[in-house]
Amino acid sequence: MSTTNKRPIPWGALGPWIALAITCLFFTTQSDRFLSGENLSLVLQQVMVVGVLAIGQTLIILTAGIDLSCGMVMALGGVVMTKFAVDYGLNPYAAIACGLGVTTGFGLLNGMLVTRVKLPPFIVTLGTLNIAFAITQIYSEAQTVTNLPDAMTTLGNTFNIGSTEVSLGTVTMLVLYALAWFILRETAPGRHLYAVGNNPEAARLTGISVDRVLVIVYSLAGLFYGIAAMLSVARTGVGDPNAGQTENLDAITAVVLGGTSLFGGRGVILGSLVGAVIVGVFRNGLTLMGVASVYQTLITGILVILAVAADQMSRKGAR
Amino acid sequence: MKLSTQLILSTLTLATSAAFAADQPVIGLITKTETNPFFVKMKEGAQAEAKKAGAKLMTATGKKDGDTASQITALENMAAAGAKTILITSTGDAIIPTVKKVQAKGVQVIALDSPFEGADALFATDNYKAGVLIGQYAKAALGDKPAKIAMLDLFPGHPVGAQRHNGFMSGFGLKANDAKSNELSSTAETVCAGDTDGNQAKGQTAMENCLQKNPDINVVYTINEPAAAGAYNALKKAGKEKGVIIVSVDGGCQGVKDTAAGKIAATSQQYPLKMASMGVAAGVEYAKTGKKVSGYVDTGVTLIAGKAVAGVDSKDTKLGLDLCWGNK
Repeated sequence: MSTTNKRPIPWGALGPWIALAITCLFFTTQSDRFLSGENLSLVLQQVMVVGVLAIGQTLIILTAGIDLSCGMVMALGGVVMTKFAVDYGLNPYAAIACGLGVTTGFGLLNGMLVTRVKLPPFIVTLGTLNIAFAITQIYSEAQTVTNLPDAMTTLGNTFNIGSTEVSLGTVTMLVLYALAWFILRETAPGRHLYAVGNNPEAARLTGISVDRVLVIVYSLAGLFYGIAAMLSVARTGVGDPNAGQTENLDAITAVVLGGTSLFGGRGVILGSLVGAVIVGVFRNGLTLMGVASVYQTLITGILVILAVAADQMSRKGAR
Repeated sequence: MKLSTQLILSTLTLATSAAFAADQPVIGLITKTETNPFFVKMKEGAQAEAKKAGAKLMTATGKKDGDTASQITALENMAAAGAKTILITSTGDAIIPTVKKVQAKGVQVIALDSPFEGADALFATDNYKAGVLIGQYAKAALGDKPAKIAMLDLFPGHPVGAQRHNGFMSGFGLKANDAKSNELSSTAETVCAGDTDGNQAKGQTAMENCLQKNPDINVVYTINEPAAAGAYNALKKAGKEKGVIIVSVDGGCQGVKDTAAGKIAATSQQYPLKMASMGVAAGVEYAKTGKKVSGYVDTGVTLIAGKAVAGVDSKDTKLGLDLCWGNK
């Protein structure tokens, strides 16, 4: 492993952007409705939940971990915040704080099990995936929570830039990405995270507390899942116990399509945003073309394999 | 002496209760999920009927929709545990070989709600008819305006999804496949189609994309009420909730409330409690007389509408709320 002060531009990071550009170009030729501000704003709204989940997921994958529980933890957070507000009449902001507390707590639990009990992240989060799902169903009795206070749907509101409606949720997602990008790139804790993912032993020898970094990363990821829950609640206007079931894997898909290496230590957070957007663009574009949505699933599968293959080849090349 | 009398007495009691248990008909109920209110109601109906008839009820579920592996395990376990009748809401055709195996051991297998090949009998909603009813309603409510319809479906390949979809189109007066077909029909009037998995967030996404494709959509068919709620959200965000007719199928309490509130124009209500209680009764009958049931029994479907339209028979949401399932 070479240590350099300079941060070389990883050319692999451009792959997702190129794929996105080609996809958009293709759909532009297929439907005259595709390339409008309104439609693109819509795609961003549709990916904001997966997009924010993918931030937490990226942090974990950068440490060479994985989180299978993200969507279920989000569903639990959403049910907790809505039920606390509707059933117990709690102030909506306090209820949201409780929801965020629960998801962050789950993240902390994941982190503790990974560092203290030394269990593999895959197994830990497979466990918490089931636990969070079951608690969500039991607590909500599988009933959707409705009649939310307005404060909980604020992030679903839109404002106009020119003639294009942009939702506050989209802006939230973009701000979070900018923040995560800055922290990962420019701050010491961010660089520590890469170091831990690259080579935990070497990181430890340079004085980084690997366990502390991991616990913080898993807890932070939990917080992001809670924010994703806020966005999901705001977008749909309900607390849905069945939310998050496909988002679990969709978030991992977004990270992988975005070029982050599943082996840890390599990847750019903005790639995950692009990864999430690519999936959303396919779903939207194929509907505009009148093609069945199962083809979106097919194409996503192919792209995932391509992305991981590209990562593998670039790793071999780097050796 | 005293102790041994007690011992003999308790042994005797045990023996008689065991003998009683052997005569008691054992019936299994396998649903798709533990928590979905539809199946909760179904279990309720089965338990009440089993209690009334003095039958022993075993229950099991899949972990989620599509989890055939858990249903197969449950079929095997229940047959091994002595169930002579098993009621099952199939979550996929992968269960069929196992169903044949337990039938060969003399077990009567009755399909509830979801049909599959080889069941002794089917107690279910006529899903095609459920579609026809809301199709007729939507057509009458729309009047002479040219129809631009969005079809918000379940997921590809599910027979119930195809029956409701094609039934709706046929009720609307469009050319559509019959009830046996598993193919989704489409015509010039069905301007957009999307899969929802019967889920609210996905229903919303599908409707948003459909509005992008054709902003003039004036009728929305939805596979179930969560998908309808999602479609309504999308229309509301686009400021179009007023002029668009949303119709759906299920009759869950939340869906009926949405119908009363005018979000959904009309919904076809089905009756899970009835499916299960009829199933248990058939199981008790088989245990007593050895006579199996066969064929299809329609458990009924009622059109619940917020506003009645001329020429279409419908019931109001008050009745719908009396008969609904889930939290009232």
